Amino acid sequence: MADMTLIEAIRTALDEALEQDGRVFVTGEDIGRRGGVFRATQGLYEKYGAQRVMDSPLTEMGIVGVGIGAALADLRPVCEIQFADFIHPAFNQIVSEAARMYYRSAGGWHVPLVIRVPYGAVPGGGLYHCQSVEALFAHIPGLKIVVPSTPRDARRLLHGAILDPNPVLFLETKYGYRQIRGEVPEEDAPLLPGPARIARKGGDLSLFAWGLMAHYAEIAAGRAAEEDGLEVEVVDLRTLHPLDRDSVLASLRKTGKALVVHEDNRTMGFGAEIAALLVDEAFEYLDGPVKRLAAPDVPAAPFNRGMFDFFLPGPDDILAAIRDLAAW
Amino acid sequence: MPNEAGTRPSQRLSDDTLLEMYRLMLLSRRLDERAWALHRQGRVQFHVSAMGHEAAQVGAAFAINRGVDYVVPYYRDLAMAIALGCSALDFMLGLFARRDDPWSAGRQMPCHFSDRDRHIISGSSTVATQVPQAAGLAFAIRYRQQAGLVDPQDATQPRLALTSLGEGSTNQGEWHEGMNWAGVQCLPLVCLVENNRYAISVPQTEQMAIPSVATRAASYGAQGESVDGNDVLAVYDAMHTAVQRAYRGEGPSLVEAHTYRLTPHTSDDDDRSYRSREEVAAAGEVEPLVRFRQTLLERGLLTPALVDDLETQTRARVDEAQRAAEAAPEPAPEEADSPVLAPLPEGLA
Repeated sequence: MADMTLIEAIRTALDEALEQDGRVFVTGEDIGRRGGVFRATQGLYEKYGAQRVMDSPLTEMGIVGVGIGAALADLRPVCEIQFADFIHPAFNQIVSEAARMYYRSAGGWHVPLVIRVPYGAVPGGGLYHCQSVEALFAHIPGLKIVVPSTPRDARRLLHGAILDPNPVLFLETKYGYRQIRGEVPEEDAPLLPGPARIARKGGDLSLFAWGLMAHYAEIAAGRAAEEDGLEVEVVDLRTLHPLDRDSVLASLRKTGKALVVHEDNRTMGFGAEIAALLVDEAFEYLDGPVKRLAAPDVPAAPFNRGMFDFFLPGPDDILAAIRDLAAW
Repeated sequence: MPNEAGTRPSQRLSDDTLLEMYRLMLLSRRLDERAWALHRQGRVQFHVSAMGHEAAQVGAAFAINRGVDYVVPYYRDLAMAIALGCSALDFMLGLFARRDDPWSAGRQMPCHFSDRDRHIISGSSTVATQVPQAAGLAFAIRYRQQAGLVDPQDATQPRLALTSLGEGSTNQGEWHEGMNWAGVQCLPLVCLVENNRYAISVPQTEQMAIPSVATRAASYGAQGESVDGNDVLAVYDAMHTAVQRAYRGEGPSLVEAHTYRLTPHTSDDDDRSYRSREEVAAAGEVEPLVRFRQTLLERGLLTPALVDDLETQTRARVDEAQRAAEAAPEPAPEEADSPVLAPLPEGLA
């Protein structure tokens, strides 16, 4: 058992994957000599060489497009998009190509591609280093979307994503890279995209979140128990697509109340899908409105620190939302 | 282009090979014509034509290791698909959107080729997206060679990726980004630009400030060559040079085949608004099938009687493929909701 930060767990998984499977290579901007702007690949260039830890030209479209081609040729590319904000030039490759390949070729071709994407608000990041993109891609059939919130999950889900024969968008909370720590077993089986994690059991209300917000949700739920005696069930979705509908519905049926927290902006965020699912399939169990706590409908977290804090839901905001819904 | 001995690579093609090239160009042309007729009769929904491009496509296909090297074509490459071994029935099943359409089971428009066994990658209708993918396939080839997993001389393994597109598509960022990647990493990529002078309706002069796309190759450290795309042997020669360069590990090449689309862009297009009838008729005078036939007649490989025989045989193949496809079952409507994700492999599920 080792205590690791989120970024250390990701680096560990990349190192292990490169070690275990000669088909795995990583590519992206500054991921070679520099070790990545967040150091996700630190030391790997020296260990595995420039062919397997490969600096790309400055082209997100190219990173994903080349990754698709290599995946079609049965390699196992792990591409890094430096910031989620820069993924938009690759939208065409992800949406028109990777996501549609299996269906459009009637199963003739598939794309075993992992795209690692640091996402979300970080102080000082501004409008183009803070974006959350999960809802944009969760709409697209043919992609899997994974958002780990703990170091253990990050390591085993990254292994699972590499094993998966489909394109996987692996979203990493960059604000959580160094503030989220946790125990990681020495030996741990890969976890395939799919199952949610009940991060904390409770009977008073269900709180659905992912990534950094799942981490904050656990903090807020702990305080709700201590300060208010409220037992909040925290469901860390971990995978948004395909969604673990059974776990979401089972939790709501137990608690009767649902709060979704995300740092993506509110309108058409993934919380809307959770709300629709609950209303569709568990209406009679609802004991209150499905509430969403989300960022405002602005481009991303602003640069100014006060504005940043206003933008990003934190444990205090989540606790307040828990109290409001519990009192409903 | 001539080699040191002053001979062209196409001069080493056997008589049988030359006749096979002609037969495949002819089959593509007659399938294409039939598709237009079927569309005008209201029996199929859509057709996108390769007519006029057959020399560029067949010349290119014959220069690679067909069925082994990766090919990432675009929707106008019917003759290329046929030259790579796809059948008349394959085309007709797609044209009629039948369940057993091998390229997409009736999900895509016709001529969106995909054949895993023949190493033809499935394409979309968005242009130039295939170029970075072709660079990725070329990267994978080089990766395996450098890792010692395959012998670079082993002709049973892919040794290059060939991609193709129209000249208008070279204005897309994806073309640039894919070509640049291949150039930087010296990858075995060959890009065939089928320059038919129009991006649907907009002429090349309004698409780029240069007369030849081949000059763009210099930006990528690639070799660029323009060739008469209506001369199948000239295309073969230029492609042969590019292919051997890729096999030798010398990096990407661009072959620009100047040709002309003898039909509107698709069955939904009307080209009378942007091309004069005189221009189209003039293009018909130099079109590739008639030209190659003339060459083979002059060489004595074809005779008028053999030309007629080949026409009869080809018509029979087209008739038979059409009949079989029309009689083939439709997909069940609920197959629209088929899986979008590949199943997990055994042992992981």
